[in-house]
Formats: sequence, C-alpha cells, structure tokens
Amino acid sequence: MPWDRNQLAQRAAKELRDGFYVNLGIGIPTLVANYIPKGVSITLQSENGMLGMGPFPYEDEVDADLINAGKQTITELLGASYFSSADSFGMIRGGHIDLSILGAMEVSEKGDLANWMVPGKMVKGMGGAMDLVAGVKRVVVVMDHASKAGEPKLLKQCALPLTGKAVVDLVITNLGVFEVKRGEGMTLIELAEGVTLDDVKAQTEASYKVALT
Amino acid sequence: MTGKIFKDARTALDGLLFDGMTIMAGGFGLCGIPENLILAIRDSGVKNLTVISNNAGVDGFGLGMLLNTRQIKKMISSYVGENKEFERQYLSGELELEFNPQGTLAERCRAGGAGIPGFYTKTGVGTVIAEGKEHKVFGGETYILETGLVADLSIIKAWKADPEGNLIYRKTARNFNPMMATAGKATVAEVEEIVPLGRLDANFVHTPGIFVQRLVQGKFEKRIEQRTVRQRESA
Repeated sequence: MPWDRNQLAQRAAKELRDGFYVNLGIGIPTLVANYIPKGVSITLQSENGMLGMGPFPYEDEVDADLINAGKQTITELLGASYFSSADSFGMIRGGHIDLSILGAMEVSEKGDLANWMVPGKMVKGMGGAMDLVAGVKRVVVVMDHASKAGEPKLLKQCALPLTGKAVVDLVITNLGVFEVKRGEGMTLIELAEGVTLDDVKAQTEASYKVALT
Repeated sequence: MTGKIFKDARTALDGLLFDGMTIMAGGFGLCGIPENLILAIRDSGVKNLTVISNNAGVDGFGLGMLLNTRQIKKMISSYVGENKEFERQYLSGELELEFNPQGTLAERCRAGGAGIPGFYTKTGVGTVIAEGKEHKVFGGETYILETGLVADLSIIKAWKADPEGNLIYRKTARNFNPMMATAGKATVAEVEEIVPLGRLDANFVHTPGIFVQRLVQGKFEKRIEQRTVRQRESA
C-alpha cells in the first residue's frame, strides 16, 4: 500500500533531529509537526518572521497579528521570537535553518526542483520557496510519486520553470524514499510497505540506483 | 521638535502623492498592512502607481482596493495568489508584474534603505529569476546580482509610536514594515496608538524615528485571511 498523507508526514518526521530549526511548507509538510519523534525537540520557523510557532489557536485566542506563512492563524510557544522578513530570510539565506520540508510539482534526478509556476495557468508567485531551497542546509521534498493524471513527477529534467537547481537532498513520495547526492544522482533507499521495485519503476522517469536500507 | 503627527490618513499623505510614483506598502498577506493609508491613496485618485509589496491584498481589501480602481500600473511582489481581480488584470495585460523571491524582496528593501545599490545572492540561480542578471562566483558558489530598492513613498503599519516616530511592531505584523520604513524617500506610518514621549522603552524600539517622517493613528479592521482554530478537548 502506498503511503497516505499522514504516513508521508510521519516518514518525513524521521528526518527531524533534536535541536533542529525547521521550516515546513504548506500542505502535507505542515502535518509533519504532528509526528515529531519522542525525545526530539525542534523549533519551527515561519518565514514571515517568527521562531517558535505553535499550533492553531483556540477560538478565543485568534489574533490577526499572529499568522504563519500560509496566512493561517497560529500561536506562539514559550521562547518564541518575532523579527522582520529581512532577518527571517537572513536566517534562511545565511544557512542557519537546518531543514526545509516542502512540496513539489517536479523533481529531476539531479535534484532540480519545480514547485512554483505552471506556464499558461495563473502564476501565483514563488513566495519564499526559492530562498528556502537555496539557503537551508537540507531540503526534503514530500510529494505524490505521480501526478493526478498518472504522469511521473521524478524526471530526468524538469519541464516546469525551476525553483532551484540541484537543491533537493531527499524525496519522500507515497511509494518510497530517494536520496539525491550532488554529482551522483538519485538512489532509491526505502519502499513503502507492499510497494515493489516494479511499481516504482513503472511510475518513474528519472534514472536511479537502488540501495534499500 | 514636533510635527510628525497628522490628524488623519488623508492629511498625512498631503503633498506626497503624484501620478506615476513608486510606493512601498508593508504587510504580509493582510497582516500588518497600512489599511488607512491604502484607503486614503484610493480616495486621492493618484494613478499609474508602481507598488512594491509582498502580496497584493485580496479582492476588495488592502491593495486589492487599488486594483479595483485601476490605480496600480505595476506590482513588485513575491506572491499574489489570493486575488481574482489581480489575475484578471494581469492576464489581460492591464497590469505589469515583477516577481521577486520573498527574501530577495526583503533584502532589496533593506539594501535600498541602507544605501546599498546591489548585493549578490544564491536565491534564484538557475531559474528565470537569474536571466539577464550578472553572475559571480564566490568560494566556488554562483551568485546573482540583485539591486536595492527605494520608493518615493513608504506606507507602513506599526503597533505603537511616540511623537519622535519611534515604532514598535506587534508579533508577525512586523514582516516587511521595518525595511520599507527605511527605503522610502518619505515614510508615513499608521499605528494603533501614539503614546507620549518616554512611554516607549528606548531599548525596545524596532524602527528609530529617523526613518519616519509622518505618523497617523488609525482604526483597524485587521481582516484575517485564514482563520484556523483547534477545539478544546471536552472535559
């Protein structure tokens, strides 16, 4: 059985290490916060200008001045801090954030990422995605293995405009986990329970080695 | 020295507006936006504006109001996905759009305000953002040249001010406001409260008053884009 949204988030949460500063993207990456392993303490960064982001507020705690990068109302945890967007992206671009987990439309076998624009359709903008993939120490992509139309999303080369070139370190899909090493390409290191190598092969265009752990 | 405090948003903008000007507007989404000054700019009828702001408001609120009245000619933003009127004007060619990565946009404002005409960054290397820009290698890594931004006018939102124009922001409503405050040839700040001199602890001032030429106390709707809540566990 391929992993569902929650299992994807649970698998991504295994990439968290104690003491990490982490930026989570919108969608499945946000769910990762629900599966932080026992004994691991992390600090969530929200790129609009906050460290120490907490869960959604109770109805009577909602504060219009306290939102995350997805414009959702949130709360602060003890030890939180607020800062300008320039300081926030100073953290991101200066390599001070340990891990970024985000979604993707396409990933190439060299670790190129496309997740911000589909030409011909409405272009919403890249927001902070280009800064995150260029500056954060480790970039983990969480996505479905194939598009809704069944087209592969792990490609030899991205067809869509790039968010970053050779920036992805790990790809977690509903079928398994791929490691990307600069200059070495992509390696399948894990399969979701019940998924076979042939299942993966049938839905992947990118070339990859297999070294299941 | 007095004279920074104006009685309302309209008079605070008196003599500062002209057609074809460039305006920086603080805020992220609808959080920390200068609601009152945006309304006053709408009512002034000034047009052909270039607006630098991370987002473009929503239909009918924030900068979305200036789109409805077609006062904006060009936006420089990082994300504009919340606005149908924006989409329509952009697709029909009525509105120009320059996308900047969010960190690049923040840094361009910071640089502009600090007298730094350009800086190199890794963000956007190998993407459409890098096309036509100078590339330079530092320590084996490739960077692109981005330029500092300044504006004829910056409109920003803070929580509290004193008569010197010293500002304090609240929570994530700070966002782009501090950098934009530094990068306007004139900066007008709207705040929730103007307190007497001495009532802001100088140790905790976020934006020193030198960057703020005019101040106005506003009334705020503080609309919320995504009201997300959790339920209390029942006892």
